Amino acid sequence: MNNNLNDTIAAISTPIGSGGIAIIRISGEDAFKIISKIFVYNKKEKNSEQIKSHTINYGVLKDKNGEIVDEVLVSFMKAPNTYTKENTAEINCHGGIRAANRVLSLVIENGARMAQPGEFTKRAFLNGRIDLSQAEAVMDIINAKTQLAHKSALERLNGRLSSKVKLLRDEILTMTAHIEAAIDYPEHDDEMMTYEMIKNKSLKLLEDIKLLLKYADTGKIIRQGVNTVILGKPNVGKSSLLNALIEEDRAIVTDIPGTTRDVLQESININGIALNIIDTAGIRSTTDAIEKMGVEKSKQYAKNSDLVLFVLDGSQSLDDDDIKILEFVKDKNLIIIINKIDLTENTDFDKVYNYADDDYIIKMSVKNEIGFEKLFKAIEKLFTSGKININEEALITNERNKASVADAARSLENVVETIENMLPEDFISMDLIQAYKSLGEITGDSVEEDIIDKIFSEFCLGK
Amino acid sequence: MNTDNYDVIVVGAGHAGCEAALASARIGLKTVIFAINLDSIAMMPCNPNIGGSSKGHLVKEVDALGGEMGRNIDKTYIQTRMLNTSKGPAVYSLRAQADKAKYHTEMKKTMENIENLEIIQAEITDILTDNNTVTGVLSESGMIYKCKAVVLCMGTYLKARCLYGDTIIQSGPNGLRQAVGLSESLKRLGIKIYRFKTGTPARVDKRSIDFSKMKEQKGDETIVPFSFDNSAENIQREQVSCYLTYTNEKTHEIIRNNLSRSPLYGGVIKGTGPRYCPSIEDKVVRFADKQRHQIFIEPEGEDTNEMYIQGMSSSLPLDVQIEMYRTLPGLENCRIMRNAYAIEYDCIDATQLKLSLEFKNIKGLFSAGQFNGTSGYEEAAAQGIIGGINAAMYVKGEPPLILDRSEAYIGVLIDDIVTKGSSEPYRMMTSRAEYRLLLRQDNADLRLREKGYKVGLVSEEKYKKFLDKKKKIEDEIKRISSVSFPPSEEVNAVLMSFGSSPIENGAKMTDLIKRTELDYDKLSPIDKNRENLSYEIRQQVNIQIKYEGYINRQLKQVEQFKKLEAKLIPDNIDYSKIMGLRIEARQKLEAIRPESVGHASRISGISPADITMLLVYLNM
Repeated sequence: MNNNLNDTIAAISTPIGSGGIAIIRISGEDAFKIISKIFVYNKKEKNSEQIKSHTINYGVLKDKNGEIVDEVLVSFMKAPNTYTKENTAEINCHGGIRAANRVLSLVIENGARMAQPGEFTKRAFLNGRIDLSQAEAVMDIINAKTQLAHKSALERLNGRLSSKVKLLRDEILTMTAHIEAAIDYPEHDDEMMTYEMIKNKSLKLLEDIKLLLKYADTGKIIRQGVNTVILGKPNVGKSSLLNALIEEDRAIVTDIPGTTRDVLQESININGIALNIIDTAGIRSTTDAIEKMGVEKSKQYAKNSDLVLFVLDGSQSLDDDDIKILEFVKDKNLIIIINKIDLTENTDFDKVYNYADDDYIIKMSVKNEIGFEKLFKAIEKLFTSGKININEEALITNERNKASVADAARSLENVVETIENMLPEDFISMDLIQAYKSLGEITGDSVEEDIIDKIFSEFCLGK
Repeated sequence: MNTDNYDVIVVGAGHAGCEAALASARIGLKTVIFAINLDSIAMMPCNPNIGGSSKGHLVKEVDALGGEMGRNIDKTYIQTRMLNTSKGPAVYSLRAQADKAKYHTEMKKTMENIENLEIIQAEITDILTDNNTVTGVLSESGMIYKCKAVVLCMGTYLKARCLYGDTIIQSGPNGLRQAVGLSESLKRLGIKIYRFKTGTPARVDKRSIDFSKMKEQKGDETIVPFSFDNSAENIQREQVSCYLTYTNEKTHEIIRNNLSRSPLYGGVIKGTGPRYCPSIEDKVVRFADKQRHQIFIEPEGEDTNEMYIQGMSSSLPLDVQIEMYRTLPGLENCRIMRNAYAIEYDCIDATQLKLSLEFKNIKGLFSAGQFNGTSGYEEAAAQGIIGGINAAMYVKGEPPLILDRSEAYIGVLIDDIVTKGSSEPYRMMTSRAEYRLLLRQDNADLRLREKGYKVGLVSEEKYKKFLDKKKKIEDEIKRISSVSFPPSEEVNAVLMSFGSSPIENGAKMTDLIKRTELDYDKLSPIDKNRENLSYEIRQQVNIQIKYEGYINRQLKQVEQFKKLEAKLIPDNIDYSKIMGLRIEARQKLEAIRPESVGHASRISGISPADITMLLVYLNM
């Protein structure tokens, strides 16, 4: 991130893809100067200096040859009352990758620099409009796929995580202070915390922190969705199941281009839980050749998933391959789907009950739309029901915070171990202080040298 | 005008001044030290001991660098104890009772016999500069002494006055003459002067104390020397005892009834006192619910009947002092020889200094010791040796010696005072050191001997001795790392004799050392190839293996710390250019001008958010 703050940046702020309109955002000292070079107003009498701040203006964009590039609306927002606290202009142009890119290129040719992911928010932060935790929450709000995710990020924006962390840190600090006092005044017989008390207190804190961690996984699921894989032998109905699920949630289907993975993902919203269904080597394809996914391949996909939907053909007998896959996925969140119950039902499925509870073995007919309700209930139960009050507890939703909490937990475990081994106090305080520091990373109370990059590199482009 | 040209002039011959002058002279520079009275060289005007929690670490570090305090106390101690032994090796701390008179005599003798060092009795009244650079000093008699660098070590003498009740004496500690001129001179140089206060308890006649009513505290049987040059055997001597007694409700009542007669509570004393070393009035007021306070009775030396009443410093009037001391068991008939008093003095806010202890705005002017707003002999000596070394480095045109927080308590101390400043006399405390598992008193030589050698304070011979010790430690650790024991009867018999569970398979020796109930020495009967090694080496091997996991974790923390320390802030940084920085933060950064981002993060009033802004700015 070696960019200076004095230049003017631009990016397409709407999602890449087909859409009615796209917005190109420009921020910086020269935002209006750049616009004046390329924007021709509908009302001839106006030029960019005469335009009032915070108005929307209609006109066309022209390139250097005088050719019209697009018909647009341009919003002018003068500093400091803008997202970045800098001069900001937003061009509403026609959607579609080509049209938007054409406008962006024009803006860049005329003096703007391509913005890096999160750079607008980074400027908002640098110019003192938002603080670090808010910046982080902004990122999560943008990335929220479901209402729950959105709510959780908002909670964080309101400082709920901070106050929880602060509470934990205060407790750690009190313990540390007692130990330090005992060390600094060796001859004074002031009361001090006994080992047993420190141990119990640490265990209690550890419990709290582990709860945060546990919910962090839920938090991650809320934020990023449940990575789901559909497994099963050829022709058991995997592709029909996927298509039916997509059908069920037509409104929210989005194509996420495989940026890091070599497979496509479908994101489906099931009762507020986002399922990212990994299209394992094109299970939607009907070609037998491609669908032949071996046991080994299944294992690979299952390994990185949060949820396995294992599909069996109810009209066929269980075979060794089925058992092999089941053996491998039994410790995962597993739902077994016995499909094709509309056909002659094979009764010999007792064995599968060794691998999942009744509630998670669903008899279905994808074709006749039987069993979907039960499937959705099972998914919901698996990830939210009763166990976790998402609104209250799922405060940690990103990897950075999760890593800090995990570090704190490790340090507290060290504290307990130190006490159990009856080592002297100063060994205790070392790990207590470390736990205190790690938790402070969440709220920004412990300064990390690379924190800026950590946070802003996760941002999406154009925000 | 004195025609001699000096390299370094040290003003003041207390614990800071002595170390500064000795360091400069030993490095080979022509040095002169001034004292208001040569009978006060290395005087201990307050407590009769050296060391204690974290202060003992400072003494060991001064010694490792080649300083004098450790050697001098080894020559003159009358009792020695290792404190905190129920705790971990990082906080063991050595403390010795000193024979005050001998401590002074021995230090003076050492100073008088060092080449390159002159000692002069005179008050210095002016610092001479040209173009913000030191050129010399002026004495009260009008004599000019030219020099290239000055180390200020005036302790508590500047415009000092001693108070008890409504008695106010314009004097330095112990009835010695105050120094008057220098305050104004420093102000003219643009240096801001503050006013602090501290105090000392009474000394009573040993013959008037009934020790049978007190708890005797003997010295340790095993003597651990302060100096790495000494061994326990060659400093062995007869020890004297200290005694413990307590205050009671009656004591507290007398104090409460007479608070209005204390200059502190009556508003006469304006200076800020030390929170960590409070007067008995402070203790009674601040800890009102405490029934009693510990009071230690300590001898001031072998050739005197004066006993120091530790824990009862006071500025109450003399009649109240007598009444209150006599409420303590054993002191019912005590006769005061020297009464308790508070002392108020001019000092500086050390944020005006760089980490090298040189003033930011005056080249060649260094400052060390209690004058920098600290308290304690050990804190003074620690700054003194660094001030002396860096004055010498300055004259020689070499970079200063700066110890960071992960290297030494000295580093923590100096970083704290020049970064955070202090609104009260600063006292070293174990809890101030973040990386204390590495900063143990036992390994001060491993941390600092080399640095002392490099600046020219540690002799070739001593350095060789140190390298030899270091190699032996490394070799032994290497050797035992590859030693394993079979589950034989002999091995298990030894393990079980220490209450340790027997082994069923082979076990690595290093793993066994890590067991709580075992250590390196205990395994010697089954470690057949072990050489006969000295206690110091065996101790290092044991600590480094036994606490390996903890030490490694601490090293990781240091790594994190160093990252921010390594992010240097350019000298010419313009803080007004950093967006998002609060005005208060900008002013603080402007005033302190920190040397690194890590340094900046420790300035009080600078928030993590400010540091983030600074980091972003520096990354651009």
